[in-house]
Amino acid sequence: MKAHLTRRYHFSASHRLHSEEMSATENLATYGKCNNPYGHGHNYTLEVTVSGPVDQSTGMVCNLVDLDRFVEREVLSRYDLQNLNTVQEFAQLVPTTENLSIEIFEILQRGFRQAHLEKVRLEETMMNSFEYAGSAEPTK
Amino acid sequence: MVYLTRKAEFSASHYYHNPDFTPEENRRIFGKCNNPHGHGHNYTLEVTVKGEVDPRSGFVVDLKQLKEVMHHEVLDAMDHRFLNKEVPEFFTQIPTTENLAIAVWQRLESKLQKARLHRVRVYETPDLFVDFYGEE
Repeated sequence: MKAHLTRRYHFSASHRLHSEEMSATENLATYGKCNNPYGHGHNYTLEVTVSGPVDQSTGMVCNLVDLDRFVEREVLSRYDLQNLNTVQEFAQLVPTTENLSIEIFEILQRGFRQAHLEKVRLEETMMNSFEYAGSAEPTK
Repeated sequence: MVYLTRKAEFSASHYYHNPDFTPEENRRIFGKCNNPHGHGHNYTLEVTVKGEVDPRSGFVVDLKQLKEVMHHEVLDAMDHRFLNKEVPEFFTQIPTTENLAIAVWQRLESKLQKARLHRVRVYETPDLFVDFYGEE
């Protein structure tokens, strides 16, 4: 029996939305307040959804301890209480929550082997959230 | 097709233990959840049904019937219970959130009239939930 398991995590970070390919005027028109050169911060909520058959001996899709440990080591410790613009992957890439969702999905897909990664959902605030499920659309 | 979701809450205790494992394996795999005296959660259940909107009533499903089935099949059996000791499915299965979602699905599926079950979501805490869509 296949089930989907979703775990929520929380981290806080700052960012500035600014593209080197645009003029100062274009940046301001595109990103508005998010273009403030000093940056600003959010409390992000990350939802990771994995799926797989429920192991009859454990009753689990995967051991939560393994998922928590991986996300803590590879995602939360990388981004929590950081300025995203200073993190390597955002040296050239604008740290929008769209791009952050894709980066987190790819970190999980590269390294987490204990269950199938379905999707990543990232809440930037309570009012907006972003989902990324790889090149395919979310299955449900 | 329209999807309708009804929520309910219940509180229960459980522990994780597989008699085929050694005590050391049980502790290593299940950690604090292996405490035989159990521990508790406030669960939130979301049941999503799907169907066409009846042109006469404007309903996908009779909500009163859905509520009664959820109460009778799930809440009456599980609310304020020790899942391992009082819910028959968990005399043999480990009452993980995964198995709980499957058990809720199996309890509801045959009891619903008209609307078809689409998804059972069980929140163990606000930061952990499992979705079950039936056997694929």
